[in-house]
Amino acid sequence: MAKVTYVEHNGKEHTIDVAEGLTLMEGAVKNMVPGIDADCGGACACATCMIYVPEEWLAKIPGKEDMEETMLDFCEHTQANSRLSCQIKVTPELDGIRVSLPESQH
Amino acid sequence: MSTSGTNGIVIIGAGQAASQAVMSLRSEGYEGPIRMIGDEAEPPYQRPPLSKKFLAGEIGFDRVELKPVEFYANAGCELLLSTRVAAIERAKKVVLTSDGREIAYDKLIIATGSRVREINVPGFDLEGVYYLRSVADVHEIQKNFKPGAKMVVVGGGYIGLEVAAVAKKHDISVTVLETAERVMARVVDPIVSHFYERIHREEGVIIRTGVTVAGFEGEGGRITHVVSGEGESFPCTFVVVGIGIIPNTELAQDAGVTVENGIVVDEMTRTSDPDIYAAGDCTNHPNGVYGRRLRLESVHNAIEQGKTAAAAITGKDKPYNQVPWFWSDQYDLKLQIAGLSTGYTEAVTRGNPAEGRSFAVFYLKDGVLIAVDAVNRAPEFMMARQLIAKQAKLDPKRLADESISMKEVANA
Repeated sequence: MAKVTYVEHNGKEHTIDVAEGLTLMEGAVKNMVPGIDADCGGACACATCMIYVPEEWLAKIPGKEDMEETMLDFCEHTQANSRLSCQIKVTPELDGIRVSLPESQH
Repeated sequence: MSTSGTNGIVIIGAGQAASQAVMSLRSEGYEGPIRMIGDEAEPPYQRPPLSKKFLAGEIGFDRVELKPVEFYANAGCELLLSTRVAAIERAKKVVLTSDGREIAYDKLIIATGSRVREINVPGFDLEGVYYLRSVADVHEIQKNFKPGAKMVVVGGGYIGLEVAAVAKKHDISVTVLETAERVMARVVDPIVSHFYERIHREEGVIIRTGVTVAGFEGEGGRITHVVSGEGESFPCTFVVVGIGIIPNTELAQDAGVTVENGIVVDEMTRTSDPDIYAAGDCTNHPNGVYGRRLRLESVHNAIEQGKTAAAAITGKDKPYNQVPWFWSDQYDLKLQIAGLSTGYTEAVTRGNPAEGRSFAVFYLKDGVLIAVDAVNRAPEFMMARQLIAKQAKLDPKRLADESISMKEVANA
């Protein structure tokens, strides 16, 4: 388990215990956190599960693969710290992570 | 809120559109009761992985279900699973279940999805002949993934080819039989069909096009051969049939709701009955981008119409107007399709489909981009999705020129 805090664009916070092995996307979608659409269910096909990950946490997460990188490159609200949450597996090192959500996924 | 009364909302169907509708009804502020009626044993789950990672055994049901089952109780949604609806009585505003229950509604959402088209040839009922639509189907098919197994796939569409790719990974010998002259003929240009035929052959799958299936033969009630219309015999230990789906519109039709190649809805998912909405595969809906009616078989459509129905029921009309999109995973290939290519006047290829495993085909109609098929080409897919929505007119020469980036093509 890792405690993950999702911060909606309007500032509303959701702190959830996410099981190891699930992705940050699944942790949100299965627990009714609004703001992550994840149309494709985690196939890295739709880019509707973007999150912003603070600098200090990015180092604890494996880097982006090409597919994720290019998908993000074409999203409307992409920033330097954007990630697709379906590509990030929850590990014990991520306990306490805070991620924030974009204004919209489209 | 436009919903009055105490019976609340009943959803027929327990798939992606139904699950989304529950989520969206609550986030739109609806507080009344919700009942979801589904004929399968499982709570709503995703179907796309069934022919991909779930069939391959790479993920379990916990990764396929849309929400944990407690979600529905927490959201105040009663799940009536393994339950079929026998009829909708619009005059009384009730649905009748096949086990004799009568469930009243204030508003009804029909999200009945679609079912497989069955093959009607001698031997259709032999053991070892499967379709792939549900979790239960996958479990049956997986029992046949054994050393020395020989599979014949009937139908070279998305499902058939995805199953072929997964089976090949399990060292099963695979033959795909397709009636048309090329695979995926209904959904993509010949350039893309021929590319996929090449890849499957490189992976060791036997692809036979222009072959009709005349019948299945067996021994002791179990399939041993597929026989073609030309009299050719294909030995096998099991068969997977993937020849399309049929929208589940009978309940609506029998109740007198307007049905015409799908349940007819408007851009707010309203049917011809003001208290009944419909969402997902079962609908025939208007699409503003293309200026015509569509019936789509896709997750994206189910999700968006689920949202639209919830918004309309809670009095916040959010017209549905989306560029359809689809994807297919086969081997190391991710095919992403945006838009619908029907009626295109020019197909422009970017990259080389005759070699390697990455290219895109853009479909233009009188110069306007209407669709893209992108194989391992995320930039082309992502950019095209935006350009199709804008009905952008593009220069085919620049689209085909890989020295010009997709962003530059779009900004021209």
